[in-house]
Order: sequence, then structure tokens, then C-alpha cells
Amino acid sequence: MFPFNFEWVWDMAHVIFFGGFWYAISILGAGLTYCILKAAYDTFKGGGESHHHH
Amino acid sequence: MDSALIPEGAKRCAFPKFALGIAIVGAVVLWGVYAMGLIWWKGLNQTNMNDNYGFALWIWADLAVIAVGGGAFFTGLLKYIFKVDELKNIINFAVIIGFICYSSALLILAIDIGQPLRGWFIFWHANVHSMLTEVAFCLSCYFAVLTIEFIPNILENRQANKVPFFHHLAHNMHGVMAVFAATGAFLSFFHQGSLGGVAGVMYGRPFAVREGLLIWPWTFFLFTWSAAAFGPCFTLLVTKITEAVTGKKLVKDNVVHLLAKISGWMITTYIIAKIIDTIYWATVTVPGLGLDIDHFYSNNAFYGYWILFTEIIICGVIPGLLLIMKSTRENPTLRLLAIILGVIGVCLNRWVMVLQIMAIPVMSFDTWALYIPSWQEVATTVLPVAYGIILIAVTYRYLPVFPQEKELNAVQPVTETE
Repeated sequence: MFPFNFEWVWDMAHVIFFGGFWYAISILGAGLTYCILKAAYDTFKGGGESHHHH
Repeated sequence: MDSALIPEGAKRCAFPKFALGIAIVGAVVLWGVYAMGLIWWKGLNQTNMNDNYGFALWIWADLAVIAVGGGAFFTGLLKYIFKVDELKNIINFAVIIGFICYSSALLILAIDIGQPLRGWFIFWHANVHSMLTEVAFCLSCYFAVLTIEFIPNILENRQANKVPFFHHLAHNMHGVMAVFAATGAFLSFFHQGSLGGVAGVMYGRPFAVREGLLIWPWTFFLFTWSAAAFGPCFTLLVTKITEAVTGKKLVKDNVVHLLAKISGWMITTYIIAKIIDTIYWATVTVPGLGLDIDHFYSNNAFYGYWILFTEIIICGVIPGLLLIMKSTRENPTLRLLAIILGVIGVCLNRWVMVLQIMAIPVMSFDTWALYIPSWQEVATTVLPVAYGIILIAVTYRYLPVFPQEKELNAVQPVTETE
């Protein structure tokens, strides 16, 4: 799972499999972090009560 | 007693009636949990799986719920990437159905692997040459996507939305939902495909094996295509059932017609590809392996040509045609018939691609190996259905799942329940 695991090998299979896996995890993590931080900022700023969304 | 939690302007049944319904379905959940406990405590000897059936009822259920749950990724793709805006009126429900399907799939896998405490080994000690590893990665990640897509709807609960942080979080998550939806479509493409790929690369089983493109057998593409085609049928079917149970119209006809039309064209194009694949397999692949197609459909008590005819013609060609023609698509009875046939069709396809493969004799000294699941397998397969009913009931009651509900069921602007 990580390069420091004993069975890790720097071959194409590991790079493709785990590259895709960590790429997806990174997008989800970054997107969620952005939403949480912006929500905290918006909350402290005290605005945006009139949001209408679906 | 729970009226403060019910969406503003929505009418729901009395709480005791709701609680009674949950208790009845909850009894089925307890039955499934008991069977699950037996399997975890005593082991896989509680099942009727054997050397012929390493994949059995659970894996069929797994593939079937993942296929019908494909409505979530495909509807999300249409709504957020292709900007089909009408689908905003059904996307919440599609996501909830997807969430139920994928959490059920993960639950079934947690039972099936025998030693759930070692479930994390598939990540930590990944076999990077296995399509099933790719499935595990994409399935887990996509479940995370569905959870993220589900969260804003939960935060829009009448009380939760009063908390400023939750209100802003829901708003911000809606703002970047296209990124999550695109990631979900990417993940779904690969895990739906790899589930089909697993069958297509079984070189020792002529019933399953297929030629393909580069490393991907044709079954890879057929599985993804069929999930995108039939998944919306399941979304429409569950919506119809929810409308029948609640006695309300929840989604406008134009939205239903649009999703049915898209599903119809996807089914029709899929079934053409499936027919071509089947003809090529029967006339080139199978004879090339020294066999005849009769080998797969005769000399046993269950699997005959009827299953091939039912899957492709009755549950493929017919629903496809019914949904692409305006007159039949807009007829509620024929549309319902089409989506029921479609859901049966994709489940039957997964049955064939999991269980018929296992049943067919491979060696000259083999015989057909038919299989009947144990009650523990049945109970743990029914468990996700009961769990899904409860989750739909709870979300429908407390969350603004259907944006058009208020307009379609004009009620007095009060929030008290009966």
C-alpha cells in the first residue's frame, strides 16, 4: 500500500494501481477539506444565510 | 412527536405508524444479523459453498446490487458533467439508492471473506495483478464518493440546516459536487468493468472467457454499459415503489420520461452489443475451444436456452424498445413493465456470469454442479434489502429528498403530522 511496506516493488503494476488509488483519494480528500475549511470561514464571517441550493 | 424534524411543508404519517413499519422490517434485519453472527462465529461452513462454488449467492447479490446501484453514478454523470438539469429532481434519491446498494455490497463482502478482521489486507498487501483488487479499491473509494454526495442531503434536514456550519458545508459541497461526481464516474467505470473482466479472463472456463481490447475482455465494457443502462431503471422502480407506498407523486413526469428515455437508449445499444458478443462467442470462441454451445445449455435440470432467451430478448430487447418509443415510454403501465424487466434482466445477467459459470462442467469427467444456498446465505442476502427499506423510510421522512414533492402535493403550509 505504501512504498515503505516490505512487499512494495517499484514496477508498473504498483505505480498504476496505487497511482490511481491515491489520485482518487487525494481528490476526495482535497475536495472535502476545501468544503470544510470554507464552511468554517463562512460561518465565522457570518454571511450566506440566504443560500438557496439543491 | 418528531414533527420538528420533518421537512417544512411535507406531510408524513403518524410516528407510531412509522415506528411500527420500521419494527416489522427491523425484525427481518435481526434475522439477517443473526445469520451474519453465525457465519462470523462459526465460519463459512454455515454456507452451501464448496469446491465448485467459491463464488455463490453472495457474489451474485454483490454484482447485482452494484449493477442496479449504477443509477447513482450515471445519473450523477448526466446531472453534474453533462448538465442535464432536470435530473436535479431525482439525483438525491439516486444517490441514496446508490449508497444503500454499495454499503450492502461492502457488507456482503465483509461476510463473504470469512475473516473480516483481515479485510484491510486487500489494501495493505494488495495483489496488483488482480482485477478483484481493482474492484476493492474502486468500490471502497466510490462508496466514499457516495457518502460525500449523501452528506449535503442529510445536512439539509430542517434542524441540522439551522446550524450555520452545516448550512455552509452543504452549500459548499453542492458547489464542488461536479468534482466528486466525475471522480465517481471514473471509479465506477473501472470497478463495474473489472467485475465483468473477472469473468472474461477465466481462460479455463469457456462459458465465460472472451476476447477483448488490450488487457480488457469485452465483458469489461458490457458490465459497465449494462450498469449505466439498467441502473436508472432501478432508480425509477424504487421511486415508483416509494410513490405507491406513500400515496404521493414525488417526481414530475417529464423527469421520469427523460431518465426512462436515456435508459432506453442505453439498454438498446447495450443489448445490440451483447447480442453481437453472444453470436461471436457462440460461433467463433466456443468452437475454437473445441466445444459446442449446446454444452452450456443442456443435460441439466435448470440451465437451458430459456435463460439466454429471457436475459437477452424478454429482459433486454423488449424493455429497450418499450423505453425508446415515446408512446410506450409515456404509458405508465408499459413503462413500469419495462423497468421491472430491465432490473430482472441485469440481475439475471449477473446470475449467469457468476453462478452458471460455476455450474457448467469443465473437464470431461465433470458433471453439472447445481447449488442451493443455505438459509444463512439467504438471510444475509435479504438483510441488505430490509436495511435499504429502513434507510429509504428514514430519509424520506426526515430529509428533503424530492425537491418537487411540495409542489406536486400542494398541502396547507403547516408542519404538523397527522
